Amino acid sequence: MTNAAAELVPATRNALSLLLLAMADDEFVIGFSDSEWTGIAPMLEEDVAMSSLAQDELGHAQALYRLLAEVVDDGRDADAIAYDRPVEGYYHARLLDHPRGDWAASICRRYLYDTADAVRLEALADSSFAPLRELVAKIRREERYHEMHMTAWLDRLASAGGEPRERLLAALDRLAPDAATVLAPLPNELSLVMAGIIDATGDELDARWRAKIGRVFERLNLSMVLPVADPLTARTNHSDAFRWLHGEFTAVRSAQPGATW
Amino acid sequence: MVSVPTVLVDEATVRSALAEVADPEIPAISIVDLGVVERVQVGDDAIHVELLPTFVGCPALDAIRQAVEARLAEFGRVVKVEFGYRVPWTTDRITERGRRSLTASGFAPPGDDTCPFCGSGNVATDNLFGPTQCRSVRYCRSCRQPFEAIKLL
Repeated sequence: MTNAAAELVPATRNALSLLLLAMADDEFVIGFSDSEWTGIAPMLEEDVAMSSLAQDELGHAQALYRLLAEVVDDGRDADAIAYDRPVEGYYHARLLDHPRGDWAASICRRYLYDTADAVRLEALADSSFAPLRELVAKIRREERYHEMHMTAWLDRLASAGGEPRERLLAALDRLAPDAATVLAPLPNELSLVMAGIIDATGDELDARWRAKIGRVFERLNLSMVLPVADPLTARTNHSDAFRWLHGEFTAVRSAQPGATW
Repeated sequence: MVSVPTVLVDEATVRSALAEVADPEIPAISIVDLGVVERVQVGDDAIHVELLPTFVGCPALDAIRQAVEARLAEFGRVVKVEFGYRVPWTTDRITERGRRSLTASGFAPPGDDTCPFCGSGNVATDNLFGPTQCRSVRYCRSCRQPFEAIKLL
């Protein structure tokens, strides 16, 4: 049991900061990206739902960035980590680099992400790093609603036939090459497993995720051709779509550096 | 203002003062009945209050912190408010009185599937999500009223 990052050996502490950065950036980017639906979702209920989901994710990101700031302990606070990096410094999965797309694309991406994130959170449920275990316990209770909602939507689009299903299949085709990037092995992840911070490596998490969504994909007759992610590129070489999003979410902060809002 | 003699400030005094602090998003319920107040420690110089966020990204946390600091200022000690996840907030923490306050102000308490207005069980979930993170939207088919329910967490 570890309560403070200072008790960890440097290699484990570095690996932990990469895990936290990956998780925080994932939540931040999908939260910000999906918040673009606010005001223009296909129906009022979904406008409210997608906005609420986005608000949850940004909250999770903020809490994860705060924890990361303690672990890294280099003088930057959560906001500095969240906003003051160039595009190349972001460490989110390539799945989240895709543009928002149409409604089917947003649903498909969020389903793929939420299911993978749920597997990752479950692997941290008994973490030996107490601050992360406690935060994860809280986050999981909220994420349950996200997964429930996305599974219902995936079902609706896949079972509807006609244009909804066509759009879903087209989105899945575009996203499939990057679907597995969320759980791609992280550098030195073995030190996290050995320290009991996470209960499995990325390869094992990937297998758990495939088993989990495989049943749903089979029932809905969707293709499970989701290539294994290359760990070297899973979280780098960000797209032009992300470059644009980065400009959006840093605009206010860079307008008046150091200002208090 | 007349300052309260410091010897009289104990945990129970502080907790009853906190019972007068309303939740900023649903003012009908206090933060004590909402189950947000976890630890209260009264020292000679400072009062430490541990609060549990209902949702990780709850935007009302700063407002709650300020309200707690303002309410406890009369005790003449430094007030230190800390939010943490040591204990997860769940809807089980809402007190019976809190549940009654929610119903009285038009919110179905968590896990209660009846309409807060007419008591009918003939209700539909319109939206799992609502105007704040902790609420969902329902519709009563009997009295034809939309209403909100606190999410079961």
